[in-house]
Amino acid sequence: MVLQDVLSVRNVYEDAENAKDKKAALGTDITIENFSSEEVNAIDVIDDLNDLSKKDQNTLLSVGVDSDESDRAGSFLQMDQSNIFTSELSDNIELMNTGVALEKYDWLENYLWNAVKPDADKYTAEAALKEKEDGTFSGYFVRSKPGTKEFFPVQACMFIADTDIMQTAHNIIIAEENSELHLITGCATGEDISSALHVGVSEIYLKPGSKITFTMVHNWAEQVEVRPRTAIKQADNSTYINNYILTSPVNSIQSYPTTYCEGVNSKALFQSIMSGQKTSNIDMGSRAVLTGHNSSAEAISRAVANDSAQIFARGHIKGDKQEVKGHVECNGLVLSDDSSIYAVPILEANSTGLELSHEAAVGKIDEDEIYYLTSRGFSEEEAASMIVRGFLNMDITGLPPILADYTKKMIDMSVKGM
Amino acid sequence: MLLEINNLAVEVEGKQVLKNVNLSIDEGETHVLLGPNGAGKSTLFLSILGFPKYNITQGSIKFKGKDITNLPTSERVALGIGVSFQNPPAIRGITVKDLLKYESGQNENEELNPRMKELANKLKFSEDFLNRDVNLGFSGGEVKRSEILQLLAQQPDFTMFDEPDSGVDIENVELLAEELNVILDKHKRIKQRKRSGLLITHLGYILNFVKADKAHVLMDGEIACSGNPDEILLEIRKNGFTGCVKCAQCL
Repeated sequence: MVLQDVLSVRNVYEDAENAKDKKAALGTDITIENFSSEEVNAIDVIDDLNDLSKKDQNTLLSVGVDSDESDRAGSFLQMDQSNIFTSELSDNIELMNTGVALEKYDWLENYLWNAVKPDADKYTAEAALKEKEDGTFSGYFVRSKPGTKEFFPVQACMFIADTDIMQTAHNIIIAEENSELHLITGCATGEDISSALHVGVSEIYLKPGSKITFTMVHNWAEQVEVRPRTAIKQADNSTYINNYILTSPVNSIQSYPTTYCEGVNSKALFQSIMSGQKTSNIDMGSRAVLTGHNSSAEAISRAVANDSAQIFARGHIKGDKQEVKGHVECNGLVLSDDSSIYAVPILEANSTGLELSHEAAVGKIDEDEIYYLTSRGFSEEEAASMIVRGFLNMDITGLPPILADYTKKMIDMSVKGM
Repeated sequence: MLLEINNLAVEVEGKQVLKNVNLSIDEGETHVLLGPNGAGKSTLFLSILGFPKYNITQGSIKFKGKDITNLPTSERVALGIGVSFQNPPAIRGITVKDLLKYESGQNENEELNPRMKELANKLKFSEDFLNRDVNLGFSGGEVKRSEILQLLAQQPDFTMFDEPDSGVDIENVELLAEELNVILDKHKRIKQRKRSGLLITHLGYILNFVKADKAHVLMDGEIACSGNPDEILLEIRKNGFTGCVKCAQCL
């Protein structure tokens, strides 16, 4: 049976059709019709990431995508709706366009629209209906082979080069049994992009004993609307680590990646660093549903709001079984009177014998900290910016040493550029 | 005169805390400031340091002949004033090493210089410790040693120490005092000493290891008595601060 028929049987398209006008539960509502659809593979492929302009290479680098591909297991670049570059540099992984992968592997259809529901809201619905209309799939498929532990990260980039367009991507990430996979995904826009919409659907699957680290860096233009839709399914003894870094202005972003810790001893850790500037409206959450025996999750966020930015920092842990553990931590600094931070930690306990906790603290910079630094010779302005950088520069845990070092440098770089 | 305070009056949040304070400290001298809780010792320190909350309503502070009464803290520090705090704040994301590099004039991307590494080692700090966020989760003794280490990096000409031995294990007081003596040029002959200091101490224990040239007793925001540190301490130990002040009034 052809794929579209399979998805029709699963009611994917019907569900999507019914959710076409379904507003998202959170975030500002975007009029999708204001953005034009891009033709698939309208842009020519390139042989090497270094064939991109120096400016674009630098933009890629700012979101962790190295055009030299040094210390990388592979690269994927999607520009607008075109997959213009793919490389596999390690035998431990497979990396290709999702459409290509679906043609290669019949079994992959079971992973499509499984963790993320097509009728979640109008953005997922639009992504599904666009796939039907185009007859193909954008985004990337990455899979780590059973028993392999790839040390170097796979880098994937979603790049918007044309103005006023809607970019969609459907990513499927699978870590096979007892494998380890590290991903850096960078999302950015080219110069002169006044407005655009990005809808990225990511479905992530962790087989027993596997580990995935997923580090996402966003560097969008000021008028871009971003609606990533991510869900993760975790089997026994799996570990999922999600890092999110946003330090440049964006018009609006709303995302609430959700992991389902279904397996025994499955663990999830979300770490988010957000800096809201100008008129950015940021609504970022992390959710874990703990149904596996002895599963655990932690959601940690640091948010800084300046100018007239508005940040919602959400963390939601739902414990459905005994012996599960969860912790939510939201810390925020408000730097201007016109900006605001809403820290929303939610704990939901549906069983006895579980342990869920949260801490949230939002406020201005502690004056004592500023004065302490002035007593060491820093001016008040230097002290304040150092404190903000220090606050955001949290230690990202769970990454292999090289990637940890690189991520730290990347955070340093993006925080310094604020 | 290195530091000259004339007729100083200070308000904190509208409330007068210090009045008629006169204090002069010469090059190479170490003075000690004694007084009961709430007498205004820390206020005097932080006024000399120039923290904005401490509003000078009268008088002046001169350092190296320059009127610094209205200078911001960082400029006073640049002139050569340093301080070790009793309870410094913990700052997330700023490590001891970050501060040491800045204080010793190094670039943030450079490796910490060998002199500082050696000093850290002497103060029983490991490399890992230097990578910790400053004061976050430090024990009382670690806080004090980290403050002293930072002063060793800064090398100020005039240093104020707020209760440098409180919360420090007895075995570490001597270690700390040794470095205090370095900061205060105590290893040099009296005439060769250039660097000066002002110590706040409650119990005077540190004075067994760091010799002061002069002591002052601060009571109710005023310097009630000044003189030989040993004699004053003896009097305080015998008759308490009130007795000490009474004695001064008899003179």
